[in-house]
Amino acid sequence: MTVEPTFTSQVAGTAAVGGALIGLASALLLSANGRIAGISGIAGRLLDGSTKDRGWRLAFVGGLLAGSVALLAVAPQVFGRSGWASLGQLTVAGLLVGYGTQLGNGCTSGHGVCGLARRSPRSLAATLTFMGVAGAVVFGLRHLQAG
Amino acid sequence: MGKLLISFASGIIFAGGLGLAGMVQPEKVLGFLDVAGTWDPTLAVVMGAALAVDLVVFPLLLRRKQPLLDSRWHLPIQTNIDRRLIGGAVLFGAGWGLSGVCPGPALMAMATLDAEPLVFGAAMLGGMGLFHAVAALTQPSKAAPVAPRGLGAGEPALTTGIDG
Repeated sequence: MTVEPTFTSQVAGTAAVGGALIGLASALLLSANGRIAGISGIAGRLLDGSTKDRGWRLAFVGGLLAGSVALLAVAPQVFGRSGWASLGQLTVAGLLVGYGTQLGNGCTSGHGVCGLARRSPRSLAATLTFMGVAGAVVFGLRHLQAG
Repeated sequence: MGKLLISFASGIIFAGGLGLAGMVQPEKVLGFLDVAGTWDPTLAVVMGAALAVDLVVFPLLLRRKQPLLDSRWHLPIQTNIDRRLIGGAVLFGAGWGLSGVCPGPALMAMATLDAEPLVFGAAMLGGMGLFHAVAALTQPSKAAPVAPRGLGAGEPALTTGIDG
């Protein structure tokens, strides 16, 4: 069931097309609505009682879920069902991701794509930080505990 | 109505990109983060391709006076790199490394209705809600209405402080 992840030229090509679609989706939202496609900000503000502009946020999250349901129907293999951590670890991780992205005003999409595209020093600092910390955590889990 | 349709379409395209790129598979993301193991550069290709588009397109778009369907740009105004930004990135990075899941793929994977994505997604939304609940209690001014600027949609000016 578990397939060893491999990086082939075909995988790279598909990833590049996927990445370009992410870029296009962000450009579409910016060009028409003037909004940054940062998913943690779009979703997180829905959970803030003082948020007034809920409509476009709900529409974006709805689109994300609709796209996901469509993928589930036509290409269920895009969902990796074997790589998930234990439920306990996922609970801790989810809380950290949720709280951290609100405190730091962004995630991989808002800082890592849109922020860097705007040449924002804040987003560069945030992206280097969360990537470095995530890499250190994975190193600890995979190479320090295993021995 | 147009703005809602654009948001919906953007969400669909975003989901297609994340799915096609393999980013809804935690194993692919963890393979990228594991630089000391069998490194999987897929995530770098995905971010690189997205950036290749937006590094060119964003400046061209932002030359215009306003977006096509709105009277003004809704861009972050903060420029300082402070403890809050870095602290948030540290917490997010820790959770990302523990799981291989960031917010977009987390929301998408909930559609599978599998236990793992549902637990992660619920915890993530709980963490987001917790932050805003604490913020509302500790910064009463945050919830106070802010005078709308110009011809904007009448939203609090605070929303422009959000990076993503």
